[in-house]
Amino acid sequence: MSVRVFVPRDSASKSVGADEVAQALQLALGDAATIVRNGSRGMLWLEPLVEVETDAGRIAYGPVTVDDVAGLVAAGLTAGGEHELRLGPTAELPWMQRQERLTFARVGVTDPVDADEYERHGGIVGLKKAVAMAPGDIVEEVVASGLRGRGGAGFPAGIKWRTVLEAPGEPKYIACNADEGDSGTFSDRMIMEGDPYLMLEGMAITGLAVGATEGWIYLRSEYPDAKVILETAIERARERGWIGDDVLGSGKRFEIVLRIGAGSYVCGEETAMLESLEGKRGIVRQKPPLPAHEGLWGKPTVVNNVMTLAAVPWILAHGGAAYAAHGVGRSKGTLPVQLAGNIKQGGLVEVPFGITLRELIEDFGGGTASGRPIRTIQVGGPLGAYLPPAAFDTALDYEALTAAGGLLGHGGIVVFDDTVDMARMARYAMEFCAIESCGKCTPCRIGSTRGVEVIDRIVKGEDRGKNVALLQDLCATMKDASLCAMGGLTPLPVQSALEHFPEDFRPETAPTGVSSSS
Amino acid sequence: MYSNKVLDHGTPASKSPKQVTLQVDGKPVTVPAGTSVMRAAVDAGVKVPKLCATDTLDAFGSCRLCVVEIEGRRGYPASCTTPCEDGMSVTTQSDKLADLRRGVMELYISDHPLDCLTCTANGNCELQDMAGAVGLREVRYGYEGDNHLDAEKDRSNPYFTFDPSKCIVCSRCVRACDEVQGTFALTVEGRGFESQIAAGPTNFLDSECVSCGACVQACPTATLMENSLEEQGQPDHAVTTTCAYCGVGCSFRAEMKGNEVVRMVPHKDGKANHGHSCVKGRFAWGYATHPDRVTSPMIREKITDPWREVSWEEAFAHTAKEVKRIQAKYGRGSAGGITSSRCTNEETFLVQKLVRAAFGNNNVDTCARVCHSPTGYGLKQTLGESAGTQDFDSVEHTDCVIVIGANPTDGHPVFASRMKQRLRAQKRGEDGAGLIVIDPRQIDLVRTPHIEADYHLQLRPGTNVAVMNSLAHVVVTEGLASDDYIAERCDPAEFEKWKAFISEERNSPEVLESETGVPADQIRGAARLFAKAPNGAIYYGLGVTEHSQGSTTVMTIANLAMVTGNIGRPGVGVNPLRGQNNVQGSCDMGSFPHELPGYRHVSDGSVRTLFQDKWGVEIDPEPGLRIPNMFDAALDGSFKALYVQGEDIAQSDPDTQHVLAALSSLELLIVQDIFMNETAKYAHVILPGSSFLEKDGTFTNAERRISRVRKVMPPLAGLADWEVTVKLSEALGYPMNYEHPSEIMAEIAALTPTFTGVTYEKIDELGSIQWPCNDKAPEGTPYMHSEEFVRGKGRFFVTNYVATPERTTRKFPLILTTGRILSQYNVGAQTRRTDNQVWHDEDVLELHPHDAELRGIEDGDMVAMTSRQGNTTMRAVITERMQPGVVYTTFHHPESGANVVTTDNSDWATNCPEYKVTAVQVSKVVKDKSDWQQGFDRIEQEQDSLLPSRRAQQPGTTN
Repeated sequence: MSVRVFVPRDSASKSVGADEVAQALQLALGDAATIVRNGSRGMLWLEPLVEVETDAGRIAYGPVTVDDVAGLVAAGLTAGGEHELRLGPTAELPWMQRQERLTFARVGVTDPVDADEYERHGGIVGLKKAVAMAPGDIVEEVVASGLRGRGGAGFPAGIKWRTVLEAPGEPKYIACNADEGDSGTFSDRMIMEGDPYLMLEGMAITGLAVGATEGWIYLRSEYPDAKVILETAIERARERGWIGDDVLGSGKRFEIVLRIGAGSYVCGEETAMLESLEGKRGIVRQKPPLPAHEGLWGKPTVVNNVMTLAAVPWILAHGGAAYAAHGVGRSKGTLPVQLAGNIKQGGLVEVPFGITLRELIEDFGGGTASGRPIRTIQVGGPLGAYLPPAAFDTALDYEALTAAGGLLGHGGIVVFDDTVDMARMARYAMEFCAIESCGKCTPCRIGSTRGVEVIDRIVKGEDRGKNVALLQDLCATMKDASLCAMGGLTPLPVQSALEHFPEDFRPETAPTGVSSSS
Repeated sequence: MYSNKVLDHGTPASKSPKQVTLQVDGKPVTVPAGTSVMRAAVDAGVKVPKLCATDTLDAFGSCRLCVVEIEGRRGYPASCTTPCEDGMSVTTQSDKLADLRRGVMELYISDHPLDCLTCTANGNCELQDMAGAVGLREVRYGYEGDNHLDAEKDRSNPYFTFDPSKCIVCSRCVRACDEVQGTFALTVEGRGFESQIAAGPTNFLDSECVSCGACVQACPTATLMENSLEEQGQPDHAVTTTCAYCGVGCSFRAEMKGNEVVRMVPHKDGKANHGHSCVKGRFAWGYATHPDRVTSPMIREKITDPWREVSWEEAFAHTAKEVKRIQAKYGRGSAGGITSSRCTNEETFLVQKLVRAAFGNNNVDTCARVCHSPTGYGLKQTLGESAGTQDFDSVEHTDCVIVIGANPTDGHPVFASRMKQRLRAQKRGEDGAGLIVIDPRQIDLVRTPHIEADYHLQLRPGTNVAVMNSLAHVVVTEGLASDDYIAERCDPAEFEKWKAFISEERNSPEVLESETGVPADQIRGAARLFAKAPNGAIYYGLGVTEHSQGSTTVMTIANLAMVTGNIGRPGVGVNPLRGQNNVQGSCDMGSFPHELPGYRHVSDGSVRTLFQDKWGVEIDPEPGLRIPNMFDAALDGSFKALYVQGEDIAQSDPDTQHVLAALSSLELLIVQDIFMNETAKYAHVILPGSSFLEKDGTFTNAERRISRVRKVMPPLAGLADWEVTVKLSEALGYPMNYEHPSEIMAEIAALTPTFTGVTYEKIDELGSIQWPCNDKAPEGTPYMHSEEFVRGKGRFFVTNYVATPERTTRKFPLILTTGRILSQYNVGAQTRRTDNQVWHDEDVLELHPHDAELRGIEDGDMVAMTSRQGNTTMRAVITERMQPGVVYTTFHHPESGANVVTTDNSDWATNCPEYKVTAVQVSKVVKDKSDWQQGFDRIEQEQDSLLPSRRAQQPGTTN
């Protein structure tokens, strides 16, 4: 029997040569090894991370390049032999040990499209329980878990489900928001590429819970690898009866449709996503009506993020109370946090709520990649606040972050060192909004363009006092009058930059100067 | 936008029966649940600033001017998108709200030209009003930033201009096109700051736009604006009146400057159209002041003589003298009249009164003869009343629609838009209604944005009865009949007789398949869909009536409606889509040779007595001549004098050559029209007509709705049509004493049981009235036959299918069928004299690619079309809308001569001509015009040279 050697097929791994490494290993080892293309363990600075299955567990090597392959083989890779790239047993790496992997339990461990392996590693247990339960009971289990929407708004998932369950109208839908567009975030992608059945199982359970017969996935167009993997997984799940006309013999139907996104950030906003799913321009719908009442095709719809749905199978398998035992305050369970930007050890860690931002960026992240001091971090994507070091001891917790003037968003943290020009970052926030605004509401449509112009004038030193006041007024208008979070939150990075780093907005003290770069 | 401010509630009314009470700025207000905070505020007398909201469109929430504060809620919700809740406390004015609104307005104006004083919308611009309302005093962003001020205007549409530099991207135009019109021609292109309104990839004219004007109406700025407004400036007053085009009868506000129309704007409170319009009513009114208008009476001895302009007095004296001479020589029955479906009820009433009282016979008929006479007959026989059963609003409650022999998106566009609203699915989570289209052509409704017919039964022309019988056969034999309804409402003996007939195998879809060309399984599917729908409604048009079995088909429609229990409540019914604006009214007013007003037979002594007493004359108990009989009698030499009001029989009636021969044999043809139409070429007396803008009166639309026509300018020739008839009658020695059309209506009401409650005062008060309006229904009747049928028990008729005698042969292998197009109206006399010509400046022959290929015809070729009757030439358009073996054309242009080829076959009961089935051959030609068309051109030239205006232009000719 040949030895199993794991080389991730995760697109982050592939971007640093995983395919070539896998090919080289196959060529060098021949029949002696079976190359398994697994998901990524999340230690992106170590990718491509090659693992070999031994009696002592899986041994990790990384980062491996094609050039290293011959040496590794010569060093007895298939037996876990010594080599300078040898990191030791994967499970014993500190990065892995310090995590609480509920959602990501299988990611990096299994072949993502191997349905048998999925089942062997604890998959489908939640769905099996769910088919035996009354819809209302499934909903209550999720209510008890305290699971909140992981897309950014943090709305309690169970409450949303209950609304859909009780809403009149047939058919009902599940819409899975896989339009992961926030800067510095990739957890959705890693699940879809690394453990797609988990998401499908989560969707099927949600469908059973609310009486929905169809689930639609809105996958961002920039994820071609996830598309291929999901297509395979959907087909195989259907073959196994996990989804389809008769879910696990329950007589209940739950079909899954995969749709590719329109390449627009705002299509990740739930109502714009519904418009786009219906084949229309991705513009934001007014609320009410809530999607729970009138969502996809005007029917009651659960709109949840990939991470939310992926948390569901564990909750069903182990019980809502077990999930709620993790975390702090009103932030229950775990959160897959993504560390990015100017960071030494970037990647994904799943941790219970309550850990501090500093632990994440320093203990897991190891500080900046440049080795310079951290000046600021942006939490929660392009609409998140820039936090100064004084706020780094804030706990990972929806309410605590809000109190600190920030937001959790999709759990992405982007690190900047002390060379960053914060006026430029503020300008970029407005510019991003100008590029990505759907154009429906006036504050966002015109305000973002004017925001860029006003910041340029401030940085040039034109009528500084007047223009700063205008920028603050503009931020107030956008924040309170915009139709959705796109325009409503754009002021957050702008105002936080202005508040914490005012010196960057003065020509005499600015590190680079926006005017020269614009 | 209306020029003269009309209250706008911001969002549509909620229809919820539940009421909620809230406080707006401390004022209590109670509204139906689901009402927006914005609308409730208006009810409470509070105006919240707004730009993207208007009460004809669903709330959108984009402008963000209408933000409010609601006690206990976070943030500043938009009042347009927030539904009222019981106990809610809303604040519409605070310092914070003022800041937000000013902030938003400052952004708007930072990308808007500052040319208010020279702007077309000056004095009528919502953006200007709102800038004032929010107190914008300064734009701190300056005007140097990114902007759209140099965006180019789109002037492609002849009636309105799109100026994107003034656009605030509120999407009202896009939403109006989607929600109201249902064409989906407009969109927003780009996103963010680059968002711009776009009509397709090029411009409005080349887009899907049907120029209904909904976008122009919805625009709050000068971005979409009528060219007439640009040229003339803002109107100073407005008069509510009724459109004179199709049978939908839209209510309009004529926005005026003195006696000049600036624009016609659909009236929001109009119950037929609810603020919507089509390209004809909205824009194509320029014909009313076209230089071709006849403005002076003219007479001549022979039709080869030049015309002589005369005074009204001389015209009346001459005409009366001639009528008397002819009647003295050829007998009382040698004269007759044709009433117009385009004129008012009052005018129609007077013409038939003149014929009956002054001519002393019943030789009166109307153009309904050639369109909806089978409707009158068929519905009277089966249900007891010669009219459609529903109002247009009824379609909102329909679950399944059958459209047979009608092309609503072209022929009745405003109603089509209503129907499409119901057919489109998923609005507010509702499911759309089912749709069954029965038509030889693939009309637009079969597949149009967000609508696809469940069944398109693409039958062969002439097989309507077979298809309708087979549908009923399926309903009865599959046990889908509404037995309880039938038992309660219908005549049991007649039903049993019909049931036995319809159940016969020869009426099954399988047997009839070879005749109709419709697969049996489609018939079965459609029958089940219709029978199982809680509310099923049938809409039909001239594709039903203009057949040798027109009346039979109307009866099959009534049969199907009764057997499925679909008459007598909202959402159901038998709904004839009337062709002309007042075709219902002209029929109601006693225009038929056998009926006095109110569809009462002339042989009925008590009815005659009623009229005799009022009119002081004897009424002939014998029915008079129908139009085709008049033609035959003219050719026989027994019919010599004809008074035609507002009807172009030479162009619109079938078998043109026969008609022209008949007209040529008359000794006196009196034509009363606004133009020198085709019939006028054969006339001896011309009495100038008046357009709908020049007179008072009423029109009755397809839903029996009587609406006021109001005079907005004096008649061009000095007299309104009703005055002409009055004076002609006087000259004939039968004085009619009316000072105003309201007095004529009073007489109609006094003599007609279904009209007894109708007065001008009541119409003014209610806006419009649907007859019957009497003591039993003082405010009119939206839907009929509610408790029982007018005739008592509904009567099923045995409807044997008899194929038309018009058969295809090797010589004439194709079937020609005819219809309408959106931009042109009927014979085109009005629309051809407007810019509507840019959409359709010639009639074309549509044919299937297969038929084209067989004949070597390519798209755009000139082709000759020959029937047993005659031949003509037109341009070919190759399209898969047609089925093989069937060709199609319109008759909007007289030189096309579509009716030169149509036959003299007609409906067995009413003589309604069979326009819809003619066997023809089509071939490619080298010469552009047929012999008939060359003859047409010759006559056109000759007659043109006989007009005073033309002769004045020629040197050397004197009057």
